[in-house]
Amino acid sequence: MMDMNAPANSSAPNELGSGVGKAPGSGTRFDRKARLRWSNKLFRVICISSALLVCLILLSILVLMLRTGVLTFADVSLKEFFFSTNWDPENEHYGALTFILGTLALTGLTMLFAIPISVIVAVFLAEMTPKWLRQVLRPVLDLLVGIPSVVYGFLGLTILIPWLREISGNDLADGLLAASIVLTIMILPTISRISDDAISAVPNKYRDAAYALGTNRFQTITRVVLPAARGGITYAVILGMTRAIGETMAVVMVIGNTAQLPNSLFTPTSVLTSNIVMQISSVEFDSTWNRGLYMMGFILLAISILMIVAVRMFQRKGVQGS
Amino acid sequence: MRKEVSAGSPYLFSKRRRASVLMDRLFTGTVWGIGIVVILFIIGLLFLLLQKGLPELSWDFLYGLPSEIEEGGGIGPALFNSFYVLIISLLVSIPIGMAAGIYLAEFAPNNKLIEFVRICVEGLSSVPSIIFGLFGIALFVEFFEIGLTILGAAISLAFLNLPVLTRVTEESIRAVPVELRNASFALGSTHLQTIRSVLLPVALNGIMTGICLTAGRAFGESAVIILTAGVSTSGEMWDFNLFSPGGTLAVHLWYIQSEAIVPDAELIAQKTTAVLIFVALLINILFRVPLWLNARKTQV
Repeated sequence: MMDMNAPANSSAPNELGSGVGKAPGSGTRFDRKARLRWSNKLFRVICISSALLVCLILLSILVLMLRTGVLTFADVSLKEFFFSTNWDPENEHYGALTFILGTLALTGLTMLFAIPISVIVAVFLAEMTPKWLRQVLRPVLDLLVGIPSVVYGFLGLTILIPWLREISGNDLADGLLAASIVLTIMILPTISRISDDAISAVPNKYRDAAYALGTNRFQTITRVVLPAARGGITYAVILGMTRAIGETMAVVMVIGNTAQLPNSLFTPTSVLTSNIVMQISSVEFDSTWNRGLYMMGFILLAISILMIVAVRMFQRKGVQGS
Repeated sequence: MRKEVSAGSPYLFSKRRRASVLMDRLFTGTVWGIGIVVILFIIGLLFLLLQKGLPELSWDFLYGLPSEIEEGGGIGPALFNSFYVLIISLLVSIPIGMAAGIYLAEFAPNNKLIEFVRICVEGLSSVPSIIFGLFGIALFVEFFEIGLTILGAAISLAFLNLPVLTRVTEESIRAVPVELRNASFALGSTHLQTIRSVLLPVALNGIMTGICLTAGRAFGESAVIILTAGVSTSGEMWDFNLFSPGGTLAVHLWYIQSEAIVPDAELIAQKTTAVLIFVALLINILFRVPLWLNARKTQV
């Protein structure tokens, strides 16, 4: 519909303009039409260039991260960067394995906590609560999504870590467990709300059919509703995961920022994001150290773009299934 | 064998049924329990933070200059920078984001090009915020050599906001009924006139929601700001200079908590947290109230 409108419309002023062009004496009418035609064209050009600018930003980010990052390997071997855990830039050791493993472990642990809890909260919101409670809780969760991440970090630092210290008996409780709990609290509203929408979108006839077959609510939800909403829930989980991987400040405040492989959940360690933000401001731009940090940024970027590809695949599958 | 089953089946059946009823009760109880506990837990934590900070707030604190050594420093410049950076970044990102969204919804004739632009928008929206910070350093500190400034932070933040604004604008304009568009064309208006006086006003509701979301996110964003604007402020109130260092409130919270040496750092951090939560909630609520009212109106 729209595509049909656009060319028909853009050709109309052209004809008018050329018609008027043959009679150049007709003063104000010509001005108005030429102006309209001109402003239409200008607007179109502005819109196209804005869209291209968005593409340009993404491409230049990709190119810049890759180009700066790849320079690392002029001084450091691929093997050392990816397979050594010795990160000691002052003494020319650039092994980033600790941070890569740290990011993967932190994300895995976070999802381990976040997926079951937020799916249960979503089921609670979509299937169990009475209508008035739902109308209160949904906006509350929406508001929670908007809380700054640094606040969650502060919350972890001042409330969570003292608790963990008491429970674990360690002097230092900073580490993977504290960071993953903070991240869980942070991404829980996001995952629950999107899964909640997905579960609510399951057609009621599925539930009616399940109940008509004599199932109870537990069976209906686990065998019918959740499988039907699987696509939407996966989308929500991946979205939460990208947020968890890219989160910086909340993690920096509770993870301890020490470049070592943790031997327990309470050992201070470091992940890609926290290491970048702690070190980037103190290094020269043209040093191997800095290039190594950019390479770590590129790894982060690659992981998150892979995630989005996964999201698109799931969405397409969901469309085909329905 | 068959006899046994048929003899035992009513008993088996009722046993199974009892088990499934039990499971159902158990499941309902668990979900209710976990749902209520989790939501109360998160709200309780935030409430705890607000309760520690809010009663201590005073105008002197909100308005005052920060202090490095003595007690009693305020957050005036940081709070001002927060809004200043937010407004500049919105000024940059709203026109570009909306224009790109309009292009995707209205012009975009070439299927391959539109597919490419859409992939770019989605890819950009998945880029972690710290990457925008690294990009900002490379662009503003290294390439233009202007150092850590408000301008650099605002533009990097605008890049972060662009994809969300683009997508929201596109979706809202697509949702406008096609009759309205046709009616406008039938009256002889050009494409620009149709967009300006029909499509945008109708889609405004959705676009405002998107702007509210990005504003809230930009207000609380800290990783980008730390890398592109630094952690300090110029130390003056109402400093409109675009090239002064622009530590915002979210960054100030991190700085005070981890690096500052003032004796009352903890108190300042608590109060700062309370202000952050309060303003973030305020931005969200203020923008949402008209939407809620609207939704109620259309329901009735």
